[in-house]
Amino acid sequence: MHEFRKGFVQGVSIALGYLSVSFSFGILAVQSGLTVWQAVLISVTNLTSAGQVAGVGLIAEHAAFAELFLAELVINIRYALMTLALSQKTDRSFRLPQRLLTSYGVTDEIFAVASLQPEPLKPKYMYGLILISFLGWTCGTWLGAAAGTLLPVKLTNALGIALYGMFLAIILPPARKSRGILAVILIAAAISVFLKFAVTSLSGGFAMIIASVIAAVIGAAFFPADDAESKEADA
Amino acid sequence: MTRILLSIAVMALTTYFIRMIPLVFIRRKIENQFVKNLLYYIPYAVLSAMTIPSIFYATNDLPSSIAGTVVAVIMAFFGLPLIVVALSASAAAYLAMLLLPLI
Repeated sequence: MHEFRKGFVQGVSIALGYLSVSFSFGILAVQSGLTVWQAVLISVTNLTSAGQVAGVGLIAEHAAFAELFLAELVINIRYALMTLALSQKTDRSFRLPQRLLTSYGVTDEIFAVASLQPEPLKPKYMYGLILISFLGWTCGTWLGAAAGTLLPVKLTNALGIALYGMFLAIILPPARKSRGILAVILIAAAISVFLKFAVTSLSGGFAMIIASVIAAVIGAAFFPADDAESKEADA
Repeated sequence: MTRILLSIAVMALTTYFIRMIPLVFIRRKIENQFVKNLLYYIPYAVLSAMTIPSIFYATNDLPSSIAGTVVAVIMAFFGLPLIVVALSASAAAYLAMLLLPLI
């Protein structure tokens, strides 16, 4: 119980952050033609920001399942790196059921908090951290999806930019310290803009996949090692 | 309806398996340096490609989107917390929508 509470308390600030960001996701989902409960179902089953935003856009475009799968794979592959890192940090009580359960809730923010723990991770700590974050994410989605339509149009439109603001807040601070990251961000943005205006027949999902894979490959080829090595440890 | 539910299932299962497979199956470290670098850069590439140019359409109105973007870039650059950056971008966009028509 002590471990569970510790995780729960440490997750409160994550949950508060999630509340407002998922509010903006809820609005976006309903504007894209989903029902309130479909929006909540997405948040309950996915628990991820970027993947859900892309997914809702693709669902609205009637994208093929293969495209949806590929988009989620590229967007969320970073989680594989995080759970890989966490697998080195788990204590002995992590057996198969605990691993299967914890896997559900590894987000960027939960990973960041958990990996900063000095001692090996216990399952109950992870459950507390994940549960409070899950509550913030799900309640925010429900509120945004349900009440978003009641708010003035200008306000809901303005809230639509919150998620993108959060994405910028994730990628820009590390870009100040790493030329590799800065290059990757600029290349991805440039290709994304090019595809949007020059190859209009290409769907948003594939444009995103192509832009990010090319940018990451260029980054890995031309800005190798030292950045990645040191950052990975505390990512 | 069925299409949407199946789409949600595809999203959920893909996301879950990405998180689950390393935690359950891989117990040793990845050695290939190129793969490590690639995995390291992918989140930045993805978030950048998702944000640009979409952020300029995020409020359904270019001037207010630009206002929100400028505020977000400045605040993010100085490393302010995610939630502060996100809400300030919205506030700036909202103010722009209210004030720009008056000019």
